[in-house]
Amino acid sequence: MIALIDYGAGNLTSVRKALTALGADFATPTRPEECARFSALIVPGVGHFAATSALVGPWRDTIAETVNRGTPLLGICLGMQWLFEGSDEAPEVPGLGVLAGRVTRLRGDADAGLKIPHVGWNALDFRGTARILAGLEPHAHVYFTHSYAAPVTDACVAATTHGDTFAAVVERGNVFGVQFHPEKSSEAGLQIIRNFLDVTRIVSAALPHAEAQC
Amino acid sequence: MLTKRIIACMDVRDGQVVKGVQFQQLRHAGDPAELAQRYNVEGIDEVVVLDITATLESRQALARTISAVAHRIFLPLTVGGGIRTEDDAAAAVDAGADKVSLNTAALSNPALITTLARRYGSQAVIVAIDAKRRGNGFAVYVRSGTSDAARDAVEWAREAESRGAGEILLTSMDRDGTRSGFDCDMTAAVATAVNIPVIASGGAGDLEHFYDVFTHGRADAALAASIFHYDDTSVNELKKYLNRRRIPVRM
Repeated sequence: MIALIDYGAGNLTSVRKALTALGADFATPTRPEECARFSALIVPGVGHFAATSALVGPWRDTIAETVNRGTPLLGICLGMQWLFEGSDEAPEVPGLGVLAGRVTRLRGDADAGLKIPHVGWNALDFRGTARILAGLEPHAHVYFTHSYAAPVTDACVAATTHGDTFAAVVERGNVFGVQFHPEKSSEAGLQIIRNFLDVTRIVSAALPHAEAQC
Repeated sequence: MLTKRIIACMDVRDGQVVKGVQFQQLRHAGDPAELAQRYNVEGIDEVVVLDITATLESRQALARTISAVAHRIFLPLTVGGGIRTEDDAAAAVDAGADKVSLNTAALSNPALITTLARRYGSQAVIVAIDAKRRGNGFAVYVRSGTSDAARDAVEWAREAESRGAGEILLTSMDRDGTRSGFDCDMTAAVATAVNIPVIASGGAGDLEHFYDVFTHGRADAALAASIFHYDDTSVNELKKYLNRRRIPVRM
């Protein structure tokens, strides 16, 4: 069972729809302490980084503990940005901090037609192999809509360029993140969610303790 | 590199896709969910559902249509037509829309743009502008093109951006349904005036029209309806053509 964290940042209908289409069991925990019962976490979200302030405190602490125990976590869009230390969009709000680096605003270039927000389909540039990218065509296109982005660090497994080059996909151990919307990225996006579900099953099998708590 | 988007628009009445010429003379074009599925297979980048009647009864039918389309495709889905209040927008989003398109209501109540941008994010708010040439400018019309709004498209697009719109959907009323090509001058005038993406609409008739609007028109995306509905041109064929002409598209 996957915990879909709802902290009020945007609409979760399309994420729910994609998970349902892929046959995943999921629920939305209403209290932080429920997180421990789940075999994986998904933190979605669209909008302003300040919205993640709803997670500061018990939610953030519990999610950090759960992830430290080895439970897989997938951050989507704002949820991926939240994995980092913080964002220039709301400097006073701390991120989860499981990945090093800060989220900054894309610079764009109006004269070159590089508008901000970065909206539309752009290509993934793979940086090595990653479980989350299994089965994807190199340079697969996915759907983005954002103005801020995470830096390319050693956690980055696929980068995208829109003026600046930024981390489009991150993977480190049991932590995964995608800056784009896999639930809006047709077959390529569904394949990424499927890959996360596969990781979840493998981890659950390896950690019978976590499964028993479900 | 960010690709140019190809968007299919479905004008929906009573749960069926219809299409007119210059906002008149409707023809039937089929079931929205089936059509959306066909476009998805052909490689469409986005789908827009426009409720062209927007009566109370049609609102309920629209929610069913949105839900049916949203369950068939995993692509960005925009809903427009008769969205006048925050509740109308919420109903569309709850049914599965990722973005709502505001037209008449945005002009009569511009604060709605900001309200929705705060609630759902700017990426979820499209301001649709229907305009026709007048002198050296572009006159904005509302109420499905029946009423002169006494505004210029470029100036209104700038205001919409400043109020929180995430994209502009610009329709040329002179070209709508004529298949004589997009109004590239008007599109370029708006696209260079704002920093948000501009979707060009109205007039798509052949492959070259798309090339023109992405180059001379400086459009970020192009929307069409009838050219795709009646099997004249497949999305796949269009994208292959654009790719050959070095326009970046998702293949």
